[in-house]
Amino acid sequence: MQQTEFLNVVLPFKDKLYRLAKRLLVSKEEAEDATQEILMKLWSKNNMMENYNNVEAYAMMMTKNFCLDRLKSKQAGNLKLVHSNYRDDNVSLQNQVEVSDSLTWIERIMQELPEQQKMVLQLRDVEQYEFEEIAELLDMTATAVRVALSRARKTVREKLVQKHNYGIK
Amino acid sequence: MELSNIEKLLERYFEATATVAEEEMLREYFAQEDVPLHLKEYAPMFQYFSIAREEKFTRQVPLKPRKKSYIKWISIAAVSILIFGIYFGRSYQEQREAEYAYQETKKALSLLATNLGKGTEKVAYLREFEETKQKIYNKN
Repeated sequence: MQQTEFLNVVLPFKDKLYRLAKRLLVSKEEAEDATQEILMKLWSKNNMMENYNNVEAYAMMMTKNFCLDRLKSKQAGNLKLVHSNYRDDNVSLQNQVEVSDSLTWIERIMQELPEQQKMVLQLRDVEQYEFEEIAELLDMTATAVRVALSRARKTVREKLVQKHNYGIK
Repeated sequence: MELSNIEKLLERYFEATATVAEEEMLREYFAQEDVPLHLKEYAPMFQYFSIAREEKFTRQVPLKPRKKSYIKWISIAAVSILIFGIYFGRSYQEQREAEYAYQETKKALSLLATNLGKGTEKVAYLREFEETKQKIYNKN
């Protein structure tokens, strides 16, 4: 497989890899490093790539494993890189300030979720995967995915309401 | 879409029983401006998910062409040939040196042998002399 071909295969899902990495690793730079690492790993074994029937799922799984490993070693090294300077210029809403404030809150709330719920929420609500796909990716049953997802969504809602009512109630 | 419908969908959303298409409907609904006040608190959640989906990986990944592996194997082959060459060349050199030493020794030995032959010839003269001397003694 040539370079351009490879890029064509990778192009549709490389952003998904990056977003998953960013969800788990939080820092933009680390997520970029992780994505680059995964893409280079894929490239180095790209003559085997035709054998995988679903390259995207395979790459997502690699990303997940890579990030979880990174988190583990990071915690062991007692190093925490957290920054939440999430900014997006695409918000063209009138109440931009207010909205972007709430959006940062959600980002922060999601950071507080356990890793598994974080991933489920990311894969379902951001990437819109089916339950079966998520189950396969995360090595869970579809029911467990539903439970985790429901829990994650409810937590986000609860915390969001809390923040909204802070100082009022 | 009707409000009661949305509320039902929201309920199913939080129980995680809604389909992807239904969740997409919710996202679309909350993307618009006129959301009733009691549902407004959900809006940022869905808006956030839509926006988070827009994030792109922009870094260029340097993909090295994979000819490098050939170079690696070629260099391994070259080094091994070099080592074998030195090893066998050495032993060939040693063999030639040994041969040379053997020839030299042989030459020296044959030289010794001829000189020894000359010596015995001279000794033969000596014996002749001894015999005649004995004859003379016997006559007297």
